Amino acid sequence: MLGTVKALNGAEAVALAVRQCNVDVISAYPITPQTIIVERLSEYVANGEIYAEYVNVESEHSALSVCMGAAAAGARTFTATSSQGLALMWELLYVTSGLRLPVVMAVVNRALSAPINIHCDHSDSIGARDSGWIQFYVETSQEAYDTVIQAFRIAEHSEVQLPVMVNLDGFYLSHTLENVSTLPDSVVSDFVGFRRPVNVKLEYLGREVPAVLDGITPISLGIIALSDYYYEFKMMLIEAMSKAKSVIREVNNKYREISGRGYGDGLITSYGVEGADAVLVIMGSAAGTVRHVAKELRSKGMRVGVLKLRSFRPFPHEEIVKALRGVKAIGVMDRATSPGAYGAPLFNELRNAFYDLDDRPVIINYIYGIGGRDLEPLTVKHIYEDLLETAKGVRPSKYVSYVGVRR
Amino acid sequence: MTSISIKELVKVRPKLLPGHRHCPGCTAPIIVKLVLAVVDEPVVVVNATGCLQVATTIFPYTSWGVPWIHNAFENAAATASGIEAAFKALRKRGAISDDKVNIVVFGGDGGTYDIGFQSLSGMIERGHNILYVLYDNEAYMNTGIQRSGGTPYGASTTTSPYGTVIPGKPQHKKPIADIVVAHKAPYVGTATPAHWVDLINKVKKALSITGPKFLHVLSPCPRGWRYDASMSIEICKLAVDTCYFPLWECEKGTWRLTDRSLIIAKNPALKKPVEEFIKTQERFRHIMSERSEMIKELQAYVDAMWEDLLKRAEVK
Repeated sequence: MLGTVKALNGAEAVALAVRQCNVDVISAYPITPQTIIVERLSEYVANGEIYAEYVNVESEHSALSVCMGAAAAGARTFTATSSQGLALMWELLYVTSGLRLPVVMAVVNRALSAPINIHCDHSDSIGARDSGWIQFYVETSQEAYDTVIQAFRIAEHSEVQLPVMVNLDGFYLSHTLENVSTLPDSVVSDFVGFRRPVNVKLEYLGREVPAVLDGITPISLGIIALSDYYYEFKMMLIEAMSKAKSVIREVNNKYREISGRGYGDGLITSYGVEGADAVLVIMGSAAGTVRHVAKELRSKGMRVGVLKLRSFRPFPHEEIVKALRGVKAIGVMDRATSPGAYGAPLFNELRNAFYDLDDRPVIINYIYGIGGRDLEPLTVKHIYEDLLETAKGVRPSKYVSYVGVRR
Repeated sequence: MTSISIKELVKVRPKLLPGHRHCPGCTAPIIVKLVLAVVDEPVVVVNATGCLQVATTIFPYTSWGVPWIHNAFENAAATASGIEAAFKALRKRGAISDDKVNIVVFGGDGGTYDIGFQSLSGMIERGHNILYVLYDNEAYMNTGIQRSGGTPYGASTTTSPYGTVIPGKPQHKKPIADIVVAHKAPYVGTATPAHWVDLINKVKKALSITGPKFLHVLSPCPRGWRYDASMSIEICKLAVDTCYFPLWECEKGTWRLTDRSLIIAKNPALKKPVEEFIKTQERFRHIMSERSEMIKELQAYVDAMWEDLLKRAEVK
């Protein structure tokens, strides 16, 4: 079903999706470049367009705390932040996933201080990779809209019950107008329904009860578990994250049925990877730039492709290896740094995924776009040319490159 | 305000059940039981990280007979705000009944004076309908008696130890309840578990008022204050009798002294020197034995605060 096409920036697309998703409680704190999301949502609430309670808090720490309390009481909740705001939420990211609260958060990616910078890179959310949140990285405002809608179903799925972070590049997406095909309110509402808490069996009550603070059922949430039980709790979270893979696929397919749009298998999308000599792996808005260059090079007969990673958590290592089987040279584009590490986080995980193969490709890290530095098509072209040389058997001079930085 | 009798009180189903791991003589569970005895269900209890949280919920056990959540140290007030907002939204969409759900927060002095202060301030400013109960044992007891904004002048803690250069905590206790009053919260009161009728009446009055309510309850700690575990209630009485911890309430800007503090205000001869309170506790031992000038300083502070309170409560 095709909906109405609207000219929206990424932030507005996120806000519109939230408006349509029967969200009960919204709480957020303003930070550039996330602000448009919370401004639009405030307008929706002020004008009675949605019934949600909007709690204007005094910090991002409290924003997530409000969402957590509300989610624990059975509400569907949404928050949004960027950079320092996400950093301030840090300890609670782990509590949210540990308490299995299906909060959905949009992170408008922005570099971390110091020096202070308002522009895009992924160091804010990549740093949170081990916090037990599902992480999506979107390429367009359209994908931001679609992914927020999917996020609620994935987070609240009975097999998952985990928080979801939808990451969109600051300014490149949040502040850039794009034609976004939107669905009618009723279609989205039917797709996401209302939050229905899962049941848990409480031994001391001898029955199943909804796992929410309803004022009556004596459930204790946020207990202390020491060395005798903590590990089991963590393991359940790890297993839920693993199960999320098939749920992401399933929701992506269901969403395709109502919208006509899907994103590969929900985890990765690829362009030109079959039979390719060189492939670039990337997340976020720059995937568009890379695909544009790949198309141009392919028209000249060069066998290059693009693999866009949509889900960084769970990390689809099997799917990536399968999709890139036979590719000789892989370039991994990281928009975050890890000072002191051998390469950046995406590179490390992706390279690790190929380790068990007998015939491993050469995998090279290209770190780009830090603090909002533009990735130009010409740079991407040079990277592809390097990779094609490598694919021919030329040993690369280095495996970790910082692209576009003055030294 | 009709008060509740002990006979009635013991018939109330306890919401904090036996078997918790609080130390002998700890007043925190007494405070919780007294408060919750007069809080009607449905109720949700929110707990900041601290002694109360860890001693009542060691997995796979829980002592809580009512819905209970602990999120983190500094965000109990924000978590409670979210719960309140959730009930509003769920009512709007018809997912739950219109029954009032009481939301009660228990936070220690660390989680209230210090790390949780911003979150508390936000909760009050936004006007959430929540009762916040501070159980004040005057230091970070859960981590081993470190000083907090609630630790009194001169007290020796593990991070304000009695040393040859610095003799215990150099600063006075932060006037937390006054600060909450300054937020224009509709109800603020102080209480101790020794003056339990007063405490219960204040909880009942607080719950009859819509908006953010704050109850500051003194919670003596035998381990941290260094006294015999049988003395907790006696020490509460001395705290009030010396006016170190006066009992008062401020309802929509009107201050009133209550219980024993009202009696002392009307008969100043009953006011005991602060020494009577501090001499019962080893945390003040050095003051008693070597630093008499510090007793004078503490007495002067207590007197000034008490005089100020008498003026506010317009006791002639």
